Amino acid sequence: MPHRKPRLGVWKFASCDGCQLSLLDCEDELLAIAGALDIAYFPEATRGDVKGVYDLSLVEGSITTPHDAERIHDVRGRSKTLITIGACATSGGIQALRNFADVRDYMSIVYAHPQYIETLATSTAIADHVKVDFELRGCPINKGQLIDVVSAFLAGRRPNTPAQSVCIECKLKGNVCVMVTGTPCLGPVTHAGCGALCPSYNRGCYGCFGPKETPNAPSLSAWLSGMGMNEKALERIYRTFNANAEPFRKESERHDAQNDQG
Amino acid sequence: MTRKTIKVDLLARVEGEGALKVVLHDGKVQSAELNIFEPPRFFEAFLRDRHFTETPDIVARICGICPVAYQMSGVHALENLLGVTVGGPLRDLRRLLYCGEWIESHTLHVYMLHAPDFLGYDGGVQMARDHAEAVTRGLQLKKVGNEILQLLGGREIHPINVRVGGFHRAPRKRELAPLAERLKWAREAAIETARWVATFDFPERERDYTFVTLKHPSEYPFNEGRIVSNRGLDIEAADYDAHFEETHVAHSTALHSHFRDGGGSYLTGPLARFSLAFDQLSPLAQEIAREIGLGRECRNPYRSIMVRAVEILYACDEALRVIEDYEEPDRSFVAVEARAGVGYAATEAPRGLLYHRYHIDDAGTITDAQIVPPTSQNQACLEEDLVDFVGSFLDLPDEALRHRCEQTVRNYDPCISCATHFLRLEMDRA
Ligand code: SF4
Ligand code: SF4
Ligand code: SF4
Repeated sequence: MPHRKPRLGVWKFASCDGCQLSLLDCEDELLAIAGALDIAYFPEATRGDVKGVYDLSLVEGSITTPHDAERIHDVRGRSKTLITIGACATSGGIQALRNFADVRDYMSIVYAHPQYIETLATSTAIADHVKVDFELRGCPINKGQLIDVVSAFLAGRRPNTPAQSVCIECKLKGNVCVMVTGTPCLGPVTHAGCGALCPSYNRGCYGCFGPKETPNAPSLSAWLSGMGMNEKALERIYRTFNANAEPFRKESERHDAQNDQG
Repeated sequence: MTRKTIKVDLLARVEGEGALKVVLHDGKVQSAELNIFEPPRFFEAFLRDRHFTETPDIVARICGICPVAYQMSGVHALENLLGVTVGGPLRDLRRLLYCGEWIESHTLHVYMLHAPDFLGYDGGVQMARDHAEAVTRGLQLKKVGNEILQLLGGREIHPINVRVGGFHRAPRKRELAPLAERLKWAREAAIETARWVATFDFPERERDYTFVTLKHPSEYPFNEGRIVSNRGLDIEAADYDAHFEETHVAHSTALHSHFRDGGGSYLTGPLARFSLAFDQLSPLAQEIAREIGLGRECRNPYRSIMVRAVEILYACDEALRVIEDYEEPDRSFVAVEARAGVGYAATEAPRGLLYHRYHIDDAGTITDAQIVPPTSQNQACLEEDLVDFVGSFLDLPDEALRHRCEQTVRNYDPCISCATHFLRLEMDRA
């Protein structure tokens, strides 16, 4: 029997396309990936058919419309392995800022005729809707990690993505901690994966890889508040590209609530 | 009697998700609509109540394929508001960053998204089977653009190094040196790209476009300049709202930009820049443009792939110039202080003019933001192309005609994710 290449599907929900673009940004590896997998559905890159069963589905984006809330079940139904890529797909992305507001207010800010618009009041992660086999963090994801995840799938092993914090990557790189000079940094509570990029460019981490496992956000907030951040700023710092990831959401709400009392 | 609808349900090889519907009636094109499934993401609403310093990180997320354009328009609008001018090496570094984005974005479009249309493949990966050399060259050329973004921006997608006033960290001169070597190779690859795409078969279709672009007295436009047209428009970015408006109509899923006062549609992007700023291309880019048969003006949208190749070459040349002239600045940014006001800017994203306007209060909090992406600005023009051109392709078999319609859309390299206003809408099939 001829060996069949695994079928790959790349699916998009509410997103900026940046995470799936990471695949096309693997300039040195793209043709090798295309040789190992049958790229059956990837509308950003090729015409192709939605039909059939997929051995590996990469899903980008969050669920923000009633139609997408149904479509994700269809995608899950025909995917043997489903991996979510990026902050949108793993935590709702920046579009989850609506979860803290009234989406009707948002609509009226942007559109002259909000009645034409079909949207949900929330933006949620793919795992809030269907079973997900593996989640790759980042806004955007790291290319190297993406290649590792795809290779892991092909080899039938677990991906090698460390669950530690950005601080560990900082230490490994020999960076001077930016907190020393009074720059706020979310590194202690943020998932590793970027190679401590921001501190390497003299700025604090803003949490684009989302919360690490078991982060102690309240303790970091106490530090940041000691550095002069007010409640409003603390609320905002956790509400960026992973605002709906639970540890960040809880911490931002804690500061939001205190605001309201004050 | 003979009513026929051409539908392309999911438009492949555009950034974002869209569909298009062309309705024919008795052999004439009745209407053409580009429908977008892109869910609304509400960026203008997210920006409210944020501190202005957060703008570059937030607006980058509008589009993964041209985040630099959003960052540049954002920081320029805020600097306009704060009364700050960024000059010298920092200004040049911003041009360099834009060169990186133009190289990677244009090359992606040329090789992976648009060339397959001309050569009859479903996509760049399939095309690689028969055109391995070309595709490999394309990927390596794109990579050079991404290397600029990586060094200067920290990473290719959503760079982290841009701030209002400049950069968090300015590169050392010796860090830039290896890039120069790569760019010399890229310049040759860009020339080969231009010669390669010039061999494609182009439908001879032209339209009398109103071109709109930024125009700078001495440079091919990236970040600065007046907004001009080939019909006499010549304004500051601050006057954009007085001349253009976006309308939200039921038949379309997108906000369409038009000239105010019924002035109609307009085209921004490579054809407009090339046609209105030809003299500011580098001498080599001008020479190659002539060699491959482009005039000083290009009104055939299918030839946009040739113009993009020329712009890639220009971006390589300009990047080399910046690297050669670069002197390390004393500080990587100009200090800025919050003050209440309103600021405006337009820059040239690879796909065309991108306009931003911000209001902030004394504390530096954004109270209002407006962003008009290139795809919104081009959408009306794109639909007119479809109506205009499809009629002359009607003798093609259905599948070929469908393909031609898709190609007509892809001429624009439409970035649907970046059109923040696009949203889903049910079509009226009455
Ligand atoms: S996670 Fe970030 S980079 Fe990825 S699709 Fe969402 S907004 Fe884009
Ligand atoms: S700079 Fe940030 S990430 Fe690095 S060690 Fe300090 S707190 Fe941690
Ligand atoms: S340091 Fe933080 S914000 Fe910066 S890239 Fe890494 S995870 Fe993202």
